[in-house]
Amino acid sequence: MPLGLLKYGRGSDYPFERQPDLPGPRELKKHYDVVIIGGGGHGVATAYYLAKYHGITNVAVLEKAYLGGGNTARNTAVIRSNYLTPEGVRFYSASVKLYENLANEFDFNIMYSQRGQLTLAHTDATVRAFRQRAEVNKHFGGRTEMIDRQSIAELVPCLNLDPAQLPVLAGLWHQDGATARHDAVAWGYARGATQRGVELHQLTEVTGIESAAGQVTGVVTNRGKIACGTVIQAVAGHSAVMSQKAGFPLPIVAYPLQAMVTLPVKPFLNPLVSSSALHCYVQQTSRGEIVIGGGSDPYPLYNSRASLPLKESLIASAVDMFPFLSEMRLLRQWAGITDMTADYSPIMGLSPLKNYYLDAGWGTWGFKATPICGKTMAELVASGGEVPTLIQPFTLERFDHFQQVNEMGATAASH
Amino acid sequence: MSPSRLEHPFGQLIDRDTPVTFEFEGETVQGYAGDNVASALIGEGRWLMSRSFKYHRPRGPLSLAGHDANTLIQTPTAANRLAEDLMAKDQGTLSGQNYLGSLKFDYYSLLDRLGRFLPVGFYYRAFFKPRGMWRFWENVIRNAAGLGVANLEATPRYTDKQYLFCDVAVIGAGPAGLNAALTAATGGAEVLLVDEQELLGGALTYHRFTLEDDSRAQTLKALSNAVANHDKIRVLTGATCNAWFSDHYLPVFQGDRLYKVRAKTCVLATGSSEQPVVFRNNDLPGIVLCSGLERLMMHHGVCPEGPAVILAGNDDAYLTAITAAEAGLSIAGVVDLRSEPDDLALPAALSELGITLYQSATVYEAHSDKSGAQLGAVTIYPIESEGKVGVTPTHLECRLLAMSAGFMPAYQLACHGGAKLAYHDDKSEFTLTELPEGMHLAGSVNSTHDLKAVCADGRNAGRGALRALALETDNDETVQCERHVNHPWPIFKHPKGREFVDFDEDLQIKDIINSARLGYRDIQLVKRYSTVGMGPSQGRHSALTTARLIADATERTVTETGVTTARPPVKPESLGVLAGRRFHPIKKTPMDQRHLALGAHMIPAGSWRRPAFYGALDHRAANIAAEAHAVRNGVGMIDVSTLGGIELRGPDAAEFMNRIYTYGFLKQPVGKTRYAALANEQGVIIDDGVAARLAEDHFYVTATTTGVDRVYSEMLRWNAQWRLDLDIAQVTSAYSAVNVAGPFSRDVLEQAGCNIELSSESFPYLACREGMVAGIPARLMRVGFVGELGFELHVPSLMAQTLWDKLMVAGEPFNIKPFGVETQRLLRLEKGHIIIGQDTDGMSHPGEVGLAWAINRKKAFFVGRRSVDILMSQPLKRQLVGFTLSPSAPKPEEGHLVLRDGDIVGTVTSCEYSPTLAKVIGLAYVHPDDAQPDSEVTIRTADGVCVQAPIATLPFYDPGNARQQL
Ligand SMILES: Cc1cc2nc3c(=O)[nH]c(=O)nc-3n(C[C@H](O)[C@H](O)[C@H](O)COP(=O)(O)OP(=O)(O)OC[C@H]3O[C@@H](n4cnc5c(N)ncnc54)[C@H](O)[C@@H]3O)c2cc1C
Repeated sequence: MPLGLLKYGRGSDYPFERQPDLPGPRELKKHYDVVIIGGGGHGVATAYYLAKYHGITNVAVLEKAYLGGGNTARNTAVIRSNYLTPEGVRFYSASVKLYENLANEFDFNIMYSQRGQLTLAHTDATVRAFRQRAEVNKHFGGRTEMIDRQSIAELVPCLNLDPAQLPVLAGLWHQDGATARHDAVAWGYARGATQRGVELHQLTEVTGIESAAGQVTGVVTNRGKIACGTVIQAVAGHSAVMSQKAGFPLPIVAYPLQAMVTLPVKPFLNPLVSSSALHCYVQQTSRGEIVIGGGSDPYPLYNSRASLPLKESLIASAVDMFPFLSEMRLLRQWAGITDMTADYSPIMGLSPLKNYYLDAGWGTWGFKATPICGKTMAELVASGGEVPTLIQPFTLERFDHFQQVNEMGATAASH
Repeated sequence: MSPSRLEHPFGQLIDRDTPVTFEFEGETVQGYAGDNVASALIGEGRWLMSRSFKYHRPRGPLSLAGHDANTLIQTPTAANRLAEDLMAKDQGTLSGQNYLGSLKFDYYSLLDRLGRFLPVGFYYRAFFKPRGMWRFWENVIRNAAGLGVANLEATPRYTDKQYLFCDVAVIGAGPAGLNAALTAATGGAEVLLVDEQELLGGALTYHRFTLEDDSRAQTLKALSNAVANHDKIRVLTGATCNAWFSDHYLPVFQGDRLYKVRAKTCVLATGSSEQPVVFRNNDLPGIVLCSGLERLMMHHGVCPEGPAVILAGNDDAYLTAITAAEAGLSIAGVVDLRSEPDDLALPAALSELGITLYQSATVYEAHSDKSGAQLGAVTIYPIESEGKVGVTPTHLECRLLAMSAGFMPAYQLACHGGAKLAYHDDKSEFTLTELPEGMHLAGSVNSTHDLKAVCADGRNAGRGALRALALETDNDETVQCERHVNHPWPIFKHPKGREFVDFDEDLQIKDIINSARLGYRDIQLVKRYSTVGMGPSQGRHSALTTARLIADATERTVTETGVTTARPPVKPESLGVLAGRRFHPIKKTPMDQRHLALGAHMIPAGSWRRPAFYGALDHRAANIAAEAHAVRNGVGMIDVSTLGGIELRGPDAAEFMNRIYTYGFLKQPVGKTRYAALANEQGVIIDDGVAARLAEDHFYVTATTTGVDRVYSEMLRWNAQWRLDLDIAQVTSAYSAVNVAGPFSRDVLEQAGCNIELSSESFPYLACREGMVAGIPARLMRVGFVGELGFELHVPSLMAQTLWDKLMVAGEPFNIKPFGVETQRLLRLEKGHIIIGQDTDGMSHPGEVGLAWAINRKKAFFVGRRSVDILMSQPLKRQLVGFTLSPSAPKPEEGHLVLRDGDIVGTVTSCEYSPTLAKVIGLAYVHPDDAQPDSEVTIRTADGVCVQAPIATLPFYDPGNARQQL
């Protein structure tokens, strides 16, 4: 048992922590230098880095429900950097680097678990694409390689190498692939931010954006109006809805994305395994549950209901990959609303409004980017609108100029 | 000797004439047919069934309905099966779960002693310091996690699925559901009645509603007979409706079958979950809910060993005590949390049976017997004020404790549909509101508890369903139920803790409260921080207590606090049943058998399979080289049936072609083919093929094997807007095709017999003709993907195998050799032809890949025109070019990177050794400044070795294109 736990043995009923992780509710002020809309991981991470690196603490994070209750709470926590484009890989690699040290930085265990991610190729077209991803990832210092059937069998002995008439040809083995306790990431950031003076307001919904002469002057909430210097929207699934309130459209379509989990069993699966052809990924959490996820629902919808057809097809694929899962029991199924862009890359940076910044288009892949988004968005705010190099490729304007950063193939099956 | 059981009317489910045995923890257990594993074990006096998730505490059944996680046990094939859901019969050795050593002596139970060092969320506070330690601790934690052990050798069993349709789905066949079903069916609706019990009647089969207990048996008999005999009611018992999905789409699991029910409207008569009292050691085996004890006796005839204590938060518990006493169970006392029952006749009834009654008192602590794994005694204290006890204890020896703190509506299905829970302080009860359209509630899920009221409520729900179906019905009855079944605060904190709120996750009162104190105030955050409600029973027995505790700790109302979102499924469900039978159809061309006979190495191509080459895999290179040699020097033939085929026919066919594809088609002469490239609205090339104009109003177009479905649906989508006058038909499977290629291809066709003049003059390159080949009607196209004289023959699929055979015979004098798709890829690469999807990616525009010629300059519109124009007017960012390397250089593989000054500028898309040219050739994206034939590019090959590759002019082979024109 780690010594750190000994202090809890005093038998006190009360938590030993000197102060709560999260402060209780309080009144809204009339004015903040920075208002962040959305108390998901991205929102609180931005607040954290603003306070920590830039000394900007007159900041309010406004969250319509509860901290991290949007996609932060629903995602399957895959963290990886084995994307396809140099722009993407450079960006996500920087996020992975931040994640690796996050628990110690927070003094709060986010249970960062680097178990590696294995993606299966069933066609030679995929083998080619994977080889390219491995090469690009290595180029930026990531640990990714192509492995053959033999090595796959050694890595995951219980995997069916010939599922659904689609024999596995090779695998993309990404040693840096990881998961983290998703809620803890949001809590860690919120805790660090509020300890430094940032205000987190839950149950506070932004219902309107006030602007004049191309500039935001304030936000309207269910608890009253707030004047502000800079606004960041980080509302994930509701990105296009929020930008409409600010007066401009975003090229984003919202699709539900579902995931599911089984009853816990003793550990048998260490790496995260996903199949490109079956559009399914399977991983075992530190509680022993098997998490199963895959593709989005087939049609756009602003509703996070779960559905039967998706469950049936996803489970069928999971059973194809691991036949013995057929004897296991499904515990829970849920969905989130994801903000999809045409090129499967985010939209970050400036907007048509001068002091209104965007952190949107996170679709099915944004959890892994939480730290780097927070860091770069904070830099953007602190510099008064100078877009950090790392996120320049993700500008909203790229869609006008045919400068897309296409990550579709590298995102499809494994987020 | 068979275990003794209670006489009739107890034990409705068991067959006393059929004893059964099974193995549990290496010992033989006896029971009767109809027993489940839990009832049989308790019948033998064994309560210990498993170990808890976190502290490895001994656990036995709580609900005896399969509604809690205490009875998750291990079977030879599966982990985490509920003992109540497993029939008692020989099924290999069953065992408890989550222990090291034995179920009785679990070494991990040490964790229970260390519990105070492990406060709620302890894992967030430790294990990561000093840096790097986490790697070690993570493994320790992972290995301690999980409940049962998955059998990795298990294979899917046969399971199946069926669709069912009905007007009204009634979920729950208790008194409310039976009445609802009868009312709806009598009113003319088709009814499906579903219940998870084997018996109809729900609580009527085990619960005593009144002291006299006079009308219950009769009511049950009358209702179940009426239902069973009604021809508009279909009954599914032993069947769990596990979710409510939009529009009343209901998955019902019955054994290894999944019914997918489409109902027009539904009635939820799902009852309620009895709630435990929260006190120290309330999780000891031998402590059950009152309904659990009732089920044991009434369903299985099991009268557990006493003495028993009954802990009552309502009148119902008194009735349990009375039933039990009548069955012969010795009752050490009834402890009522209240000062007196609502029905003042109850105390007298108890004393008549000689049962001691303790009022305004609670069981404050339970103690185990010597074994440490079974209830041995309880300490009772008077209650002073809410949750606080006095000073004078009473000690009672007992082996059984049955409790009822009240009920929580079985809210799950309603909440899947978006219903909300509101708390009523006067009754201390949650009720459901904001039901989705077409959903009706009846019975205790609707907070109605009195039997008469429940029945009336059921009939009203049936009427509601009839109205929703626009069927006639009479007026609703007034339903009144004044009964209070919930105690407002059945929660007793103990200085030493271990008062479990959530049995699944081993959470005590302080864990819940401390979550809120740490700032996790929202009920959802409490859940996420403490894990309350995350376990297998999904908060069924903890949500109410948690809401009360958090409301209290955060000074909000219970309604404001609420419960966490209920997600499907209601009960853990089988992945095997969800997956269903697995069908993996694969498309085979008519020549498939021939390929196999020729020893082809088959590979998947979209949903098809096709030959990669002929011969053994370990002679791949040689086989491909031999096939390529045949095509270049003699003649070869390839089955190209998987190519997509689309027919466009009608007055506007040419106009449609002209809009959808990038090239011009209006003036395409009949009898000619044209290359047809398809762009999307972003200007990216997404597919290509050959368009043959067979008549003024008739085009036959090919598309790529994997792309045709998308091309076809895009065509339909566009024409839904354009409304041009033509028919579009996918004929991929109707036609099969063979490409005969090589200098002798004309001779082979002539040999086979062909009524078309094949000379270059009358059938020139890129022409198409219709005629007979070897007696088979065929569409012929002179196209040259592989760069030789060649004919592509498209014939009705029925005749394709005959064509193949006849061509093989006709080709014999010319040593015709079938070739596969990999050989074709090599040959086309030699010719510099790109493959869409291999040499292009999701961003490739025509200018980058040398397809500028395939863009019509003049026409105003085609799909993607605007984007293509913008893209092609911008400076190129990359360009697809050919390169060569000597065979001795490290061979780049497809996917390797092209670097320039250390930066990634492109990638190799195709690369092969060309036996014809005796060098390595390839296509790659390079920086536009390096795209000229005199430049060189750097390619990083395997293991980081860089090679300098000179850029080549395309095509590599036969630059003058003389051969395909022959
Ligand atoms: C099922 C599922 C699985 C996923 N798996 C992965 C994965 O494995 N790996 C990965 O990297 N990504 C994954 N994702 C994607 C990832 O979850 C998201 O991209 C990411 O969480 C977005 O982060 P966020 O903090 O910006 O969003 P959120 O956590 O959604 O935060 C946005 C917040 O904004 C709030 N909000 C919205 N409107 C308003 C308003 N008007 N006023 C105030 N507040 C508002 C919302 O309540 C919400 O809390 C998955 C997503 C889903 C749904």
